[in-house]
Amino acid sequence: MSLFEVKNITVAFGGVKALNDVSFSVDKGEIFTIIGPNGAGKSTLFNVISRIYEPSKGEIYLENQNISKTKPHNISKLGIARTFQNLELFENATVLQNLLLGRHIYKKTNILSEVFFTPSARKQEHEYRLRVEEVIDFLDLQHYRDTLINGLPYGVRKNVELARALCTDPKLLLLDEPSSGLTNEETIDLGFWIKDIQSLLEITIIMIEHDMSFVNKVSDRILALNYGKILASGLPEEIKNNADVKQAYMGD
Amino acid sequence: MRFIFKTKYSQDINIAKHNGDRFWYSLLILIMAALPLVLDDFYLGEISYICILSIAGIGLMILSGYTGLASLGHAAFLGVGAYTHAFLLTNGIPFYASIPIVIVVSFLVGAAIGIPILRLTGMYLAIATLALGFIAEHVFIKWEHFTGGNRGLPVPQPEFLGMSFYDSVFFYYVCLVFLIAAMFAAINILRSPTGRAFVAIRDSEIAAQSLGVNLGLYKALSFAISGAFTGLAGALLAHYIGYLAPDIFNIFLSLTLLLLIVVGGMGSLHGTVFGAIFVGFLPQLIAICRDYLPSSIGSQPGLEPMLFGLILVFFILYEPLGIYGRWMKIKLFFQLFPTYKRQTFKKQKVFTKSDRV
Repeated sequence: MSLFEVKNITVAFGGVKALNDVSFSVDKGEIFTIIGPNGAGKSTLFNVISRIYEPSKGEIYLENQNISKTKPHNISKLGIARTFQNLELFENATVLQNLLLGRHIYKKTNILSEVFFTPSARKQEHEYRLRVEEVIDFLDLQHYRDTLINGLPYGVRKNVELARALCTDPKLLLLDEPSSGLTNEETIDLGFWIKDIQSLLEITIIMIEHDMSFVNKVSDRILALNYGKILASGLPEEIKNNADVKQAYMGD
Repeated sequence: MRFIFKTKYSQDINIAKHNGDRFWYSLLILIMAALPLVLDDFYLGEISYICILSIAGIGLMILSGYTGLASLGHAAFLGVGAYTHAFLLTNGIPFYASIPIVIVVSFLVGAAIGIPILRLTGMYLAIATLALGFIAEHVFIKWEHFTGGNRGLPVPQPEFLGMSFYDSVFFYYVCLVFLIAAMFAAINILRSPTGRAFVAIRDSEIAAQSLGVNLGLYKALSFAISGAFTGLAGALLAHYIGYLAPDIFNIFLSLTLLLLIVVGGMGSLHGTVFGAIFVGFLPQLIAICRDYLPSSIGSQPGLEPMLFGLILVFFILYEPLGIYGRWMKIKLFFQLFPTYKRQTFKKQKVFTKSDRV
């Protein structure tokens, strides 16, 4: 069953078509990777899905529900979480506070109960924390709980951002270049985690990635983009041997 | 160095993190409560004024320090609070009913102004709030039925709990209690989801939005909450001044509030109190200094605003974390003695952040 579907998305910035009639669908439980040279429109596609960019044409469906008109802040309530290419963490807050924000969509308290910090507000904090601790255990962040993001190394920051996305308990996780800037060991760990997210947490993943050995190891299906158009899509072996993809990456 | 062994989540949620906190803050409250025994009316009045400034500072701190939205017109909210309070008291509404109404009115005014104005960001927001300050001042002049216009509005000093506001000891206690209550309210907001959403908006709007924070709603809420605190401070200020005139709530008062939070330390509630003490005593300090300066400088009329501006610039350049930041450094120095390194707080250049989405 397809969990997520993009139909005929076109995004134009003035005369430049960043995405041109892109359609694909992602099955439940799949790891779907989008590859392509720089400027192919990969991040634009993510920004269209998180409703930051308005597509000029086309629709997006999550569980057969059209989300192309949903407000950007409601996307995470529907079960789509994402990470960013250049890290968008809350720098002057601790890791714990960053992760607690991942629970924001489950907020039930109103401003009055918060001003007086009623027992219900306290209970909610406990519930948030319980889930956050599970994610901390899952991604081995115990050591960094009370550290400010400012003081963390890059690899850990990437990890925190993934953790924050997981704290929203998403159905669909969008990872924008999760392995960029990581060391070899960190990339290997990340591969295991992504597989675990798929199998243990049963979250569907769409990922943008450049590291092809990593892509081939973790992805179930691959979509190759170039100049906003779909070059090819299919299983990793098919993409590896596709003539158009080879040409886009290596020239004639 | 203190290491806290955590066994419960409540330890992270509670306001006091350990017994040392409880001891020192209780001691501080006790000392504050005992002050009227040793200080005379003049100093009690000054400290009451500092309490009022602190409450207004909390308001601006939530908006600027925690949500990252600049406001150069916050005196408008002091004015809204002060005039509403004076108007209600004049019409026979008792003090204990007037204060909640003032808070609600300032909250609503904040929300009403916040919703359109907060579509702007950065410099444009600063200019818009600056304009808001001027507009408010003109409204206070022109809306004579409500504010008495340029003639001014005397603030009734009704009895409350059988005591009079003319009694400086009583007024001091009222201000102190409101400051403590405001502090608790602010801490509670900041340790709950709404406060975290504010911080999220400050640090990365795009990430906040992708985590389900409704940017428009929370920015307006921040403006409204900020307005409510500042309005409360305005109501108390009305009692302190005794006679309201529109030119009290001018740009200079707005800048004083801005100076307060920057000098105190952006992004800390401690900073509001430190800043208020600084700003509250600064005019006295300047007045004393005038006597010792050569008369060609000492008798210049613009000395005060100039010094305010100079201090603001010096703090931004040399101690961006304000007095609270300096206090943290001193504390850390003693905690780590003798291994403290100056580099601990050296600002590192960060290369991992860019404007790209």
